Amino acid sequence: MPSIPNAEDLYQILLKQLKEQQAINPDFQLAGLASGGAWIAERLAKDLQLPSHGVINVSFHRDDYSEKGIKALNSSEGMSTKLPFEVEGAHIILVDDVLDTGRTVRAALNELFDYGRPAKVDLAVLADRHRRQLPVDATFKGAKVKVADDQILVLEQAEDGRFGFTTETKQS
Amino acid sequence: MTKTPSQLQLNDQGELTHLLTLEGLSKEHILHILDTAQQFVAVSDSDREVKKVPLLRGTNVFNLFFENSTRTRTTFELAAKRLSADVVNLDIQTSSTAKGETLLDTIDNLVAMQADIFVVRHKTTGAAVEVAQHLPPHVHVINAGDGTNQHPTQGLLDMYTMRHYKQDFSKIKVAIIGDIVHSRVAKSNIHALTTLGCKEIRAIGPESLLPKDINMMGVKIFNDIEEGLKDVDVVMTLRIQKERMEAGQVPEGDAFFKQWGLTQARLKLAKPDAIVMHPGPMNREVEIASDVADGPQSVILKQVTFGIAVRMAVMSIVAGN
Repeated sequence: MPSIPNAEDLYQILLKQLKEQQAINPDFQLAGLASGGAWIAERLAKDLQLPSHGVINVSFHRDDYSEKGIKALNSSEGMSTKLPFEVEGAHIILVDDVLDTGRTVRAALNELFDYGRPAKVDLAVLADRHRRQLPVDATFKGAKVKVADDQILVLEQAEDGRFGFTTETKQS
Repeated sequence: MTKTPSQLQLNDQGELTHLLTLEGLSKEHILHILDTAQQFVAVSDSDREVKKVPLLRGTNVFNLFFENSTRTRTTFELAAKRLSADVVNLDIQTSSTAKGETLLDTIDNLVAMQADIFVVRHKTTGAAVEVAQHLPPHVHVINAGDGTNQHPTQGLLDMYTMRHYKQDFSKIKVAIIGDIVHSRVAKSNIHALTTLGCKEIRAIGPESLLPKDINMMGVKIFNDIEEGLKDVDVVMTLRIQKERMEAGQVPEGDAFFKQWGLTQARLKLAKPDAIVMHPGPMNREVEIASDVADGPQSVILKQVTFGIAVRMAVMSIVAGN
């Protein structure tokens, strides 16, 4: 049984990578995918001393609406897309908790482009499950992780802001 | 066994597959629609360049309005377009219906054209129910007003508006003023408010405009507008529906306004932060004074804006079930 990755360790690794990026070129904006990615983006923005961070709700662009109907929309905890910066011409770093099939990232790119045409888009994730179904990869990542196939990794944030992963059995 | 409209609008899994009536629609279903609508409000945000999402791409929506409508038809059309559906507005006045084709024959022809959703407004009570009973299971119908019976999407957008400004239904008193007997909007509102646990619902108006059985719906009746407006959180005024009335049923224009019109002075009797709503179309200086309709407490145009998001929510929910 593979062990559950330590989200705090992964966060520190990711933060370090983004600090290095900041030293090379500080001109970027963070946009977290609701809801887990948005929590990470919020904390990263604080730790990197960025004035703001964006939130992206991918629900409207999910590709499983025809199978799951509107239920596909309800994983974002009511967070709406909010991008408090000019998207046109910007370097945007999308932030998510887990990168798996790549489908969520595809949806996030579609949502982002509804707000303008960025100059460059990167992806930062805590955990990469590398079971890709689309040609997508992360520029910045905490670590590659191995989790049983029927399990989903769920990010939780404690009162003090610290992250933790739990696993849940996937509902078909 | 024939199903009631509230049973007919759910599929075998208990999910909403048509929207026919708010009578008997559960609190969970109503809140699910309101929560979904809340997400759709962002699609119309000014900073979003593309005010469109692809959820209903490839879906055919037919607007069938057998009664005149501007606001409802337009907001349904906009809602469908923001979901990337293809929308066809049938001009009933010049259609085959005018040549004697029955409603169900019209529906059959449109189903043969791959219709996925019908939005139906009709002067006859139960028209949308009749369509729903007739449709194959993959086609959905949304009632956009049937006679004096129900107008569920208006009821839902009114609930959305009240929740937006007042949050908690268990703490608010809502007064509905005017022509309640002819108002499908009032009926849909009363059903939804009751389901959502509204603290107090009041109906204010002349006896001839209040339904006989309204007491049974748990509504408090007031034949004195000043008395009825005291301490309410929400004031909803309704249009006098002359087209559904017999001559002499109510006092005309000025006389009605004098006795039942919502004026600044009367509005002062409600809570200071009370909101003023009207489903439209409104008749200024008949049921509502201009300075109230345009005043700071009026949320009448917000209702219209929220209506788009609520209709997006309803269409995307039924189309997915």
